[in-house]
Amino acid sequence: MTWFSSPTQAADRLTQAGYLADAATATTAFLAGALEKPLLLEGPAGVGKTELAKAVARATDATLVRLQCYEGLDEARALYEWNYKKQLLRIQAQTGAGEGLDWDQTHDDIFTEEFLLTRPLLTAIRQDEPTVLLIDEVDKTDVEVEGLLLEVLSDFQVTIPELGTVAATRRPYVVLTSNASRELSEAVKRRCLYLHLDYPDAERERAILQAQVSDLDDRIAEQLVATVGRLRDLELKKAPSIAESVDWARTLIALEIRDLDEKAISDTLGAVLKHASDQERAVKELLLDKR
Amino acid sequence: MARETSGLLDRHLSFIEALRAAGLSVSLAEDLDSVAALGAVGWGDRAHVRDVLAATLVKKQSQRTTFDALFDVYFPALVGDGVSTGSSSEASEGDGADGSGVRDNAAALQAFRDQLVEALQSGDQQQLQRLAAQMVGTFGAMPGRGPGLSSWSAYTALQRVAPQELVDRIVAGLLGDSDADARETEVRRLVNRQVGSFTTMVEDDARRRIAEEKGPDHVADVAIRPSIDKFAFTAARRSDLDEMRRQVFPLARQLATRLTKEHHARRRGALDFRRTVRASIATGGVPLTTHHRPKRPHRTDLVVLCDVSGSVANFAQFTLLFVFALREVFQSMRAFTFIDHVHEVTEHLRPGSDPVDVLERLAAASSYAALWGRTNYGRAFAKFEEQHADALGPKTTLLILGDARSNYSDLEDATLRRLAGSVRRSYWLNPEPESSWGAGDSAARTYRDIVPMVECRNLTQLQEFVHDLAR
Repeated sequence: MTWFSSPTQAADRLTQAGYLADAATATTAFLAGALEKPLLLEGPAGVGKTELAKAVARATDATLVRLQCYEGLDEARALYEWNYKKQLLRIQAQTGAGEGLDWDQTHDDIFTEEFLLTRPLLTAIRQDEPTVLLIDEVDKTDVEVEGLLLEVLSDFQVTIPELGTVAATRRPYVVLTSNASRELSEAVKRRCLYLHLDYPDAERERAILQAQVSDLDDRIAEQLVATVGRLRDLELKKAPSIAESVDWARTLIALEIRDLDEKAISDTLGAVLKHASDQERAVKELLLDKR
Repeated sequence: MARETSGLLDRHLSFIEALRAAGLSVSLAEDLDSVAALGAVGWGDRAHVRDVLAATLVKKQSQRTTFDALFDVYFPALVGDGVSTGSSSEASEGDGADGSGVRDNAAALQAFRDQLVEALQSGDQQQLQRLAAQMVGTFGAMPGRGPGLSSWSAYTALQRVAPQELVDRIVAGLLGDSDADARETEVRRLVNRQVGSFTTMVEDDARRRIAEEKGPDHVADVAIRPSIDKFAFTAARRSDLDEMRRQVFPLARQLATRLTKEHHARRRGALDFRRTVRASIATGGVPLTTHHRPKRPHRTDLVVLCDVSGSVANFAQFTLLFVFALREVFQSMRAFTFIDHVHEVTEHLRPGSDPVDVLERLAAASSYAALWGRTNYGRAFAKFEEQHADALGPKTTLLILGDARSNYSDLEDATLRRLAGSVRRSYWLNPEPESSWGAGDSAARTYRDIVPMVECRNLTQLQEFVHDLAR
């Protein structure tokens, strides 16, 4: 199965799945499927990196398997683990029943599928249906985990010493996301296609807002996008992301604010800026009345 | 059996070569990927080709600018004067050779500026692109220059047309007579940005023309600026510094994690016997999972000494920001600036405050650091020991930032040795290339023997330093 037949078709289907992709995103999403290569997405928080993976899964009716990375993630949490407790029970049950089974037999018994706990990476590889594997926030992991990913990402296989090598029958569509808080190793990058997602231009952001938030009228959407654009130009600790402008739009709808004037902005600024110093700066720069 | 070649492969290969020369690490695997990807998408649309090549060849956003510039040189959007010759009938009046020597007079300049104002007001990108090409063709042509000199100059063209001076006119035109005051700042901001992007278009077009004349390889060698993370702090422009700043905060966070790494590496503390035994009940008394007591977090105190003299002004501004970013992640940190006298600035670096304000206040506060106005490392160290010796302790990491150029004064290396001896670790980041250490009034060689000194001229090297701390 091919994932998308052309960049244009990728854009259309992503739009149907509720994700408005620009040309570069659509092209790269298509390529990741066509070349069967993992796709590494980088960019500031909240620009829709994870959302893109989910949208691909929705658009292609694929199962989404998600590996959320964190500091301290290890093989047992990412790949597979043996179910020690169950293995122990099996050994005890055998000795208890007085069956004089020899060690080789027992050994073969307890290292079988039955005692294997598959974790996201192995699960994704063993799936027979189309699968989107999302490896989220890969920059949060320790460097060692990247080594673990290499085998999966280049050959789509996992080696389990006791069972042998498990290779994917159907290659999953792999998406890695990163906030670039740590530089990933060259080896991982070489195996991936790369796309930097950035804040959308005003027009696309308005389209996204209106797709996500119902009853948002044109005027206020335009005001909102312009204000958010200005905020991003300021030197803020955390520039507002798409997710936050969507939140803001929802806030305005909930408060039934029909016009985004200076008072409305200063009243609801908390929905977009999450640092006290950022809010102060915004108020100063946008020349708002201080209450 | 020689195959008919279109030259496309050669062009592609030299493009890859140019990328490598510009500092991107493009491996053979990525090269093959890009060709496979082009096979899947096709050469039909230039924008597509750019996206495809970017997705397969660029693996770092900071390299994207370099990539785009090179892409424009090797796969130009138009050839020669392109559309601009067709845009007006006057072009045919001249000798027709690439528009050189044509229409470059005061009247033409006036007419062109009017046209530009109109285009900038409407914001028509295609029209602007066309005008940029026309502008370089008409006002940036420098025919008759000697061999080896480029015959097109964006600089000349921009000097003559001076789009920046048009901003007021455009703003006035856009505002009309509507509620002017309220929207003026907003409109002015937009116009400034547009003029900025038009300037880039002009620069790109000049580069394209030169590439056409001399071959892309030549341009790739001389005209492409290194990517931001290879750019020396001391040579950075204002806009580069802005971009660098954005990368500083994550770096500081990394440095903090590195310095407190011991406690992470051996996160497991002593065995918690009680919990382990309790947990083993579930497995029939076999302690399969062991439980451990949490380890006391290891505390690192950081003391930063930062040279803020004029010779390292850019570096100082950058490092102060770096120091500020460090302040956000270290619980305990003290920062001092010096020129010839030490001044504590810790209080200005309150976490959570606004970086722009902080830098302004730091600049004001740092002026106290100069009593005599000339960098004097020796005096600074002596003063530091005299007044702030209590800042250093056995848990402290000492970080010195500066170029070690001390105006031939007494180096007080014994003082520095005492300072470095009283702390756990010390590092010196020097923004000068290692080759010039010790040249002139540089005391880098003397100080290097006391405190490990690291060359730190750009973001990449700063990143490497942070990375190497782990070892």
